[in-house]
Order: sequence, then C-alpha cells, then structure tokens
Amino acid sequence: MAKNIHLLKVASPEIAKKAKAGQFVVLRAVEEGERIPLTLYDWDPRDGTISLVFQEVGKTTKLLAGMRVGDRILNLIGPLGLPSHIERFGRVVCIGGGVGVPAVYPIARAMKLVGNEVIGIMGARTAELLILEEEMRSVSDRLIVTTDDGSKGMKGFVTNALRDLLGSGIRVDRVVAVGPAVMMKFVAETTRPYGIKTIVSLNSIMLDATGMCGACRISVGGRTKFTCVDGPEFDGHEVDFDLLLDRLNQYVEEEKRIAAMDC
Amino acid sequence: MSGRISPKKVPMAEQPPEERIRNFREVPLGYTPEQAIEEAKRCLQCKEAPCIKGCPVEIDIPAFIRLVAEGRFKEAALKIKEKNALPAICGRVCPQETQCEAVCTLGRRFEPVAIGRLERFVADWEREHCDPIAPNPPPKRGKKVAIIGSGPAGLTAAADLAKMGYDVTIFEALHKPGGVLVYGIPEFRLPKAIVEAEVEYVKSLGVEIRVDSVIGRLYSIQELFDMGYSAVFIGIGAGSPMFMGIPGENLSGVYSANEYLTRSNLMKAYLFPEYHTPIKTGKKVAVIGGGNVAMDAARTARRLGAESVYLIYRRSEAEMPARIEERERAKEEGIIFHLLTLPVRIIGDEKGRVKAIECVKMELGEPDESGRRRPIPVRGSEFIIEVDTVIVAIGTAANPLLPRSTPGLKLTEDGYIVVDEETGRTSLEGVYAGGDIVTGSATVISAMGAARKAARAIHEYLSGRA
Repeated sequence: MAKNIHLLKVASPEIAKKAKAGQFVVLRAVEEGERIPLTLYDWDPRDGTISLVFQEVGKTTKLLAGMRVGDRILNLIGPLGLPSHIERFGRVVCIGGGVGVPAVYPIARAMKLVGNEVIGIMGARTAELLILEEEMRSVSDRLIVTTDDGSKGMKGFVTNALRDLLGSGIRVDRVVAVGPAVMMKFVAETTRPYGIKTIVSLNSIMLDATGMCGACRISVGGRTKFTCVDGPEFDGHEVDFDLLLDRLNQYVEEEKRIAAMDC
Repeated sequence: MSGRISPKKVPMAEQPPEERIRNFREVPLGYTPEQAIEEAKRCLQCKEAPCIKGCPVEIDIPAFIRLVAEGRFKEAALKIKEKNALPAICGRVCPQETQCEAVCTLGRRFEPVAIGRLERFVADWEREHCDPIAPNPPPKRGKKVAIIGSGPAGLTAAADLAKMGYDVTIFEALHKPGGVLVYGIPEFRLPKAIVEAEVEYVKSLGVEIRVDSVIGRLYSIQELFDMGYSAVFIGIGAGSPMFMGIPGENLSGVYSANEYLTRSNLMKAYLFPEYHTPIKTGKKVAVIGGGNVAMDAARTARRLGAESVYLIYRRSEAEMPARIEERERAKEEGIIFHLLTLPVRIIGDEKGRVKAIECVKMELGEPDESGRRRPIPVRGSEFIIEVDTVIVAIGTAANPLLPRSTPGLKLTEDGYIVVDEETGRTSLEGVYAGGDIVTGSATVISAMGAARKAARAIHEYLSGRA
C-alpha cells in the first residue's frame, strides 16, 4: 500500500461473520512466532474474508509481509475485544494517524451508517505514507488530510487540524482517535478543554488477548484495565498515556536483537 | 506380601540442583521397572482401600498397583485409564500427599505407598512401550456436546463423554490444547511432550479439538446450541490474574505469574531469539506469593538466568499453600525465601522500569477466616530489596470474558459460575461447568473430578431426553 505498509486479505469465514467495528484479531505466523494483535480493517461475511493492514515493525510483521497469495497463517484468533460503541451521536470526528487509519475506517463507516455526520481527519508523516484516503473519504461527510511535511493536504499533525476545527466553534459530539499512542494522547489533550467525549483505541502489548495474562494492562481513571477484554477502546481523558508509552517500550532491546539476526 | 515391608518409599532419582537450574528438563527422573515393582510390593492390598476414596477420580489404586507388582505394566495402564485419561500428568502434578497417599493404610505406621510415582511410572512405560491404546469405540449416540476449554476439566469431560458415544468438540482459545498444563505448569515439572501425548489419547477417543476458538467472542453459548450441540460443558479455568493493588504494579518488568509462565512455557520465550516471544529474564527477581504457581515462577526465573530470586510471602512457611516437595526443590535451587514479608510498593526508574521493591515485616496474630494466623505489619520494619523483575503470583480471579457474553448464567459475587455441586449443572439448561471457573484456583485433579461428575450428569440429561 505504501512503504512497509501492507494489506493482507485472509480467508476466515467464521471471523468475517462475527466481526464488528473496533475489534481485532491475534495471529501467529509461524511455529516459533509471537502472538500479535492486529485491528480489523475490513471483513466480508459473503466471501468469508477479513482484511488487515499492518506496518513492518517487528519479526512477525516482516514474516507477514513476505507472504504470497495462497500462503497460510498458522493461527488466527478473533474477533477479539469489545466492539466500538456505535450510536447516533450527531457529529462525530474520526481521526486516524498512520496505520491507525485502517483501524478507524470501519468505525467511521459504522458511525456514518447509523446517521452521524462524520468528519474524518487522517494524517501521515509524508504523502507517500498516506493510505486509504479514498476509503476514508467515502465514509466521511468531510475529510481533512494532514502530512507532517506538508507534502499533501494541510501541513502539520492531525491534532493541528482538530484544534482548528474545534477553534472554529463547530459543535462536535464525539471524537474517536486511533493511531500512535502519542497522537492519541495529544488528541485527548486537544479535546479536554472542550469536554468532548474522546474515545481512543489502544495498542498495548498482548500475549493471549483473552484476559489471562495482564500484559496489556493500562491505567484508566486510576484503575487497572486489561486492553484485550475491557477495551481496546477507552475514554481518552482517563487514560494514563505515559504509562502506556512506557509499557509499549518494554521490549525495545529484544526487538533490536531479533531484528539484527535477520541481517 | 512376603518379607518385611520397607518403612520408606523407594526413592526416585532427580537431577541435582546445580545441574537442573541450567536446563528446563524434568527434575525427577522416574522409577525403573525394578524400582516400580519393589515399591508396588509395599502395598498391603488392604480390603478397605481408602486410597480409592482419596482419589477425586476414584482410580482402582490397589488393582493397578497389584498389576505393577506382577510386572504387568500395560494392564496396569489400562486399569488406570478406566478412570483417568491423563495419568502421566496426574502422576506428576497431583498433591498425592493430601489425597490418596494421605489415607493409605501403610501410612499409619510408615511412609505411604508412593502411589503418584507408580502412576507416573505406569503412564510413562505405556507411552514409551505401546502404541496408544484406545478402547473400542462405543456405539454412537448421534448427539453432539461442546466443551469449552481444553485444560484438565475439559479434557476429562471430553474423554468421558466420547467413551459414552457422544460426538465431542473441544473449543480452545489458545493455539495449543492443554490449558494450564501447557501455559502454566513449566516443562521441568510437566514436560509438554507428555501433555501432547495425553491430548493425543483424548483425540484418539474421537474428540475433536478446535484451537484458536474463543467462545464468548467467536460464538456465544446460545450459538453453540444453534449449531447443533445438545449440551455444553464450561471448563475455562479461573485465569484472570490478580494484582495486589500496590503502587508501581504496572511498571515495566512487573509480570503476573500467568504472563511470565505463558511467555516461557507456551511461547517458549526461554528459547528467545530462536522463538520470537521475548521475556525479561532479570538478574534479580522477586516473586510474590506462596503457592505452587509462585514456586513455578521462581524456579523458572532461576533457569532463565536470574542470579537472585526472592520469594516474598506474607505468612510463615507453615501457612504456605505450595506443596512441600515444590518448596524443598525451590530452596535446593537457591530461591531465597522472605517469609512474613509484605510488599508495599514497587519502585521504578525514570523509564518506568522496576528497580526495587519495598516490603514490610509481618508478625502472626490471631487465626483469620481461613484458620491460618493473620499476618500483621510490624510498624517501622520497612526495607527495600533491589530487583529488576517482579512476578505477582497471588492467585487468579474469574475471567469475565465468557460469563459477560452469556446472559442468564448465574454467577457468584466474584464472578465464578454457580453450579449444583453434584452435577455441575448451571442456571442455564444443558449448560454444565466445572474446575477453577466454579471453585476458584484449585488443583488439576479436583477439576478433573468435577468434570467427571458433570460428564455423568450430561449423559443423564441427554439420555433422559432421548
């Protein structure tokens, strides 16, 4: 789709039939592999497929990137997590950053479907990394595109676009943001003074993803929650993002070690 | 029964501590046939056979031991398998000292017969010497039963129902069957090849196992009925790790025992980077808790290369729930016990990583509701231990995933499933449950006992309606 960003369409009739916006799957590519969570980008109960979008960042995503048509994923588990809360709120801003765009897309689609006015904001570092712009446009009443370097759309971050939007005095009933933890943190800070309910979908490290291990635990409103069974969506104004960021960085050295082995 | 009976069990060889802390191989090495026969001959073959009642699945212990004494090992294996589909597992992880061996007649004067070691011997001998023996398939009843979870309870219920002629499907959430036997109990206590072999035996009875299937998400229980299953057994374990609620518990480097053991056992993180799942091996590790799981975590940390492993427990050793055998082995392996010690906070560095744990000394007061003397903090006795990894092994709570998605399923205040104790029947028709999701954390064998009762009740339910 873009540099190091891939779309994977997988035959999985059972998951395709049950999937709802906001849910994710866990997969293991090979016998030695990790279990990694990936958010569902799309699914089709008629042809029995699910679509996943991922960025090559670690061992498993590299293995996935090397897959060809007809290859098998060893294990695929889902749909996991609680579905998004979809309701007719009025005007909803759906924000996707980087590979958060494919994750927010089905939420925006579902929000639109129940009659919300959807304002999409999507961003990437640079124009070549913008993905699914047309798809986002198709489910948004209005779409704002940002790039950090200004190579396409508005120059700046999605939070700049959001700040301008809110500053214009427009009424917003709900914000949903999916992207890097830092982005979600600043989205939540941007909406906080306006008191707009802001939902974020968290990407904690997971292991079993069924509530058994607590690897994905985070702090929400001062209470420990498991992202896999209590989430992945939480009230962004209650999430301790600094803790999430620390916990996301737990295995940086190990990731470097395993990446170095491939060279 | 000729000659004098030896007052002591025939000892079983073990890997010496200095060797075993450098590998994940099993610690006890098992009996030779000669040792097994010698030990089997210690059995008095007493008429009352209290051991059978001491066994939650009622194995005919004197009968199998007599067969061992006569060197008829294959028949001994069949005798055990009449009642227990997982003998190699139970021979290793059952607390025989509080069950069959606790009531052994010989035990009144001497050490009881080493029933656990003999069960293990027989099961190992069968696995190594025979093709798996499955009983002749019974006539099919044309009814399907769904089992949720492939741990000890699920496997037992599945095996029992398959033997009665039901079409049984197990739905397992993880990618490998076995539940706590594969994610929780370490290789050095229960080799995974043995679990795999016993799972294969259950499959040979005609049981289908579907991994990667999270019931409650992929299908609801109602949908299982819609798919044509006539009854459902829930054996999902307790499974949700408890934390202490002290400051610093979410720092990087703090694990639940479930996470630590799952990384090492199920995901084989001890073979990182050959296997891709990482684990913080840690140089100085604190394990909080005093049960078997705490021992497993501490001993795993040692094998992963930790120089110092501290076991922190708030009561004294007398109150520890871990088996004596496990405690002894942990001590032999250099685990340092901090007894009567309560962690009060975990201290982190600027990157949110663990660097120390603060504890307070305790003293024992009056007995509490569990009958054990209540530990009370000693004022001003706080002290700090430098550690880089903390493993919280204070038990598990009910995992809410399935119950939350099952309307009408009656739960206790703590989220465990309410059942009729004799039958495992839940508040939903055709739905039965057993094991840790009913009782809270207990033993492999008690889960198996509950599953056996439920299987019987399911059979009665389904045949009554036929």
